Amino acid sequence: MTSQALIIAGFGGQGVLTVGKLLAYAGMVAGKEVSWMPSYGPEMRGGTSNCHIMISDELIGSPVVAPHEATSVIAMNGPSLDKFEDWVAPGGHLFINSSIIERKPKRSDIHIHYIDANELAKEAGTMKAANMVMLGSYLAISKVLMEKQILDVFTKVFGEDKAKLIPLNEKALNSGKCAIENR
Amino acid sequence: MNKVLMKGNEAIALAAIKAGCKCFFGYPITPQNEIPAFMSEELPKINGSFVQAESEVAAINMVYGAGGCGVRVMTSSSSPGIALKQEGISYLAGAEIPCFIVSVGRGGPGLGGIQPAQSDYFQATRGGGNGDYKVPVVAPNSIQEAIDWTYKAFDMADEYRTPVMMLIDGLIGQMMEPVSFENQSCKEFDRSGWATTGTKGKRDPHIINSLYLEPRDLEIHCLKLQAKFDLIRQKEVAWEEHNLEGAEIVAVAYGITSRIVKNSIEKLKEKGIKMGLIRPITLNPFPVEAFSNLPRSVKSLISIEMSLGQMVEDVKLASCGKYPVDFFGRTGGVIPTPEEIVNYIEKLVKEGK
Amino acid sequence: MSTVVFKKTEGLTDKTTHYCPGCTHGIIHRLVAESLEELGVLGDTIGVAPVGCAVLAYKYFKCDMHQAAHGRAPAVATGIKRARPENVVFTYQGDGDLASIGAAEIVHAAARGEKITTIFINNAIYGMTGGQMAPTTLIGQKAATAPLGRDPKLAGYPIKVSEMLATLEGAKFVERVSVDTPINVRKAKKAIKRAFEIQLSGEGFGIVEVLSTCPTNWGMSAIEALEWLRKNMMPKYPLGNLRDDNKGDN
Repeated sequence: MTSQALIIAGFGGQGVLTVGKLLAYAGMVAGKEVSWMPSYGPEMRGGTSNCHIMISDELIGSPVVAPHEATSVIAMNGPSLDKFEDWVAPGGHLFINSSIIERKPKRSDIHIHYIDANELAKEAGTMKAANMVMLGSYLAISKVLMEKQILDVFTKVFGEDKAKLIPLNEKALNSGKCAIENR
Repeated sequence: MNKVLMKGNEAIALAAIKAGCKCFFGYPITPQNEIPAFMSEELPKINGSFVQAESEVAAINMVYGAGGCGVRVMTSSSSPGIALKQEGISYLAGAEIPCFIVSVGRGGPGLGGIQPAQSDYFQATRGGGNGDYKVPVVAPNSIQEAIDWTYKAFDMADEYRTPVMMLIDGLIGQMMEPVSFENQSCKEFDRSGWATTGTKGKRDPHIINSLYLEPRDLEIHCLKLQAKFDLIRQKEVAWEEHNLEGAEIVAVAYGITSRIVKNSIEKLKEKGIKMGLIRPITLNPFPVEAFSNLPRSVKSLISIEMSLGQMVEDVKLASCGKYPVDFFGRTGGVIPTPEEIVNYIEKLVKEGK
Repeated sequence: MSTVVFKKTEGLTDKTTHYCPGCTHGIIHRLVAESLEELGVLGDTIGVAPVGCAVLAYKYFKCDMHQAAHGRAPAVATGIKRARPENVVFTYQGDGDLASIGAAEIVHAAARGEKITTIFINNAIYGMTGGQMAPTTLIGQKAATAPLGRDPKLAGYPIKVSEMLATLEGAKFVERVSVDTPINVRKAKKAIKRAFEIQLSGEGFGIVEVLSTCPTNWGMSAIEALEWLRKNMMPKYPLGNLRDDNKGDN
């Protein structure tokens, strides 16, 4: 596996920070070096929110994803696409939540994946799981971790009382994966 | 090793409790708010005490009270809040009270901003309090190192009877990394010779004080503080060397900036430019020794900071004019990218500096 | 056979104080020390000295002491009490220290109901620094920084600290006393002792404001100063209890 430099961005309430935490935690349990860096400050209040995640087999230098060096960007809403489209490294991957992002990216030197995340999440049980759908798609492309590795740490990140939500989240992860594999 | 994923601020707070911290006094300010929040939840569980003070000024004086009676105590704040604490830090140093102060830096001056910065290097290492005093300052560059140095800082504080400051930035405070709390321990200290615990009618009163009205008495006191700091200089200075072998340029960077510089070093390698790194871990005392035996290949030094040039002065002092010292920095909460550092170094090399 | 009718309290050291002739700090020190001794808590007490005339109080009280930065004594005392709740903690502060630079600290220590006791010396002037205007300086009263007398148009009005603190629920005992006559000294002692009892019972914050004289900076003899206190300060700062929530229980 090559090092992953991922940005997950969306608006408050889309669970971009929590899904990032879940991924970083699973990476750690899998024995990889990881870092998770959230945006903080006024932009969290109603505006866009994002986190930078590094996953690597080697010690992580800067935990900040540099512009034009993200191996992947997950954009959950329009402003996030506007802000981070340029951050994707040439040849990298851009995952777009096409349920609410209407515009097409300008870049032609990257791989672009349109995921109808809100709809797929709704089908899985709740629109709140759109972040998990996107994560499923990201895993299908990056192969950085298996879905099972994510689900195994679910209660460690969210608490034992959230165990009942695992089947729903498994469905969401899976539909994200299928969206990539079945296109 | 049993690892957990933790935010820097929370990890420091947990390490402090594990190191025996019983009291925390603070005041809300971004980006250090996770520390008091964590303490307000955890300290009551161990019969410790958390107080959200009316101001940073009050908080640091509460530290003076609790520390003076021999209890492990800490406070945390960010740039403008640390400015307010300077009066208290001077008193703590003067009265030789052990305590731990965490400074989570943000952009300034004034209210500045809340994004990560290193423009409080002078504030930490020089301090704004009055008088002849010095406070040891440590600057970890990862969350694990922040944990390790939290334990060490409490021990150092007790060992030398001094406040010890940890200077990080908003990035280290806010990010998460896998960390372990295993293999950590703290020393036992006998504070019965000076701490205020009540005389019980069995000994003379203990007095926590920084007032010496006779000039000669005060001079003797300051000389004692100075001797203590010299001992810290001998025994506690820490730094990391990276890629120095065959390096033409040596970058000097601390905290999160050192990690960005490491990325730049890799990129420069691809371009055939050999850059090394000296990372001061203790900022005060500054690791002067690190500059005395650099490889013959080294031609120049460059201080890289998230400020407009503060540590660079210490780099110049430490290298005693043996090398030209350049500077690169971003400030105000702007995080330098590895690429822009690379571009700057390439330009230097082209210009033959 | 001779009987001991008066004995110096164990709560004070043998050091000669630096206070000016006629200053009432000495009496108040004695009352605090006697109270601690009589309550049997001297060996458990940690006191906090201010900045001001009482800056050297740590040399005079025979108990563990902290010397605090100007105005910060209530914060220092908070730290001590939180770290060692089993100890008895008091602050000894003047009007500049408590009512001016330390206004925030005293208000919040009281509001939090910190289980500490504050002895507040109000002599309506800055003594140590040479007679400058204090927050408690009376209208018309002359001071080094109010040479024509305090003019409310320029310098505002005196603060009635006890009345202000008595509005706070955390303040469980508030009383203003004076040490100008033997009977008032006895009343002051009673109030100081009661304030420490409030702390020992764990109820909350207690403060005793003691009207005091400063013959040196007022430019009067000791006797004149006491007269001046009675004539000018007492009408503005009336003596009496302002708060003692659980008086009925005792």
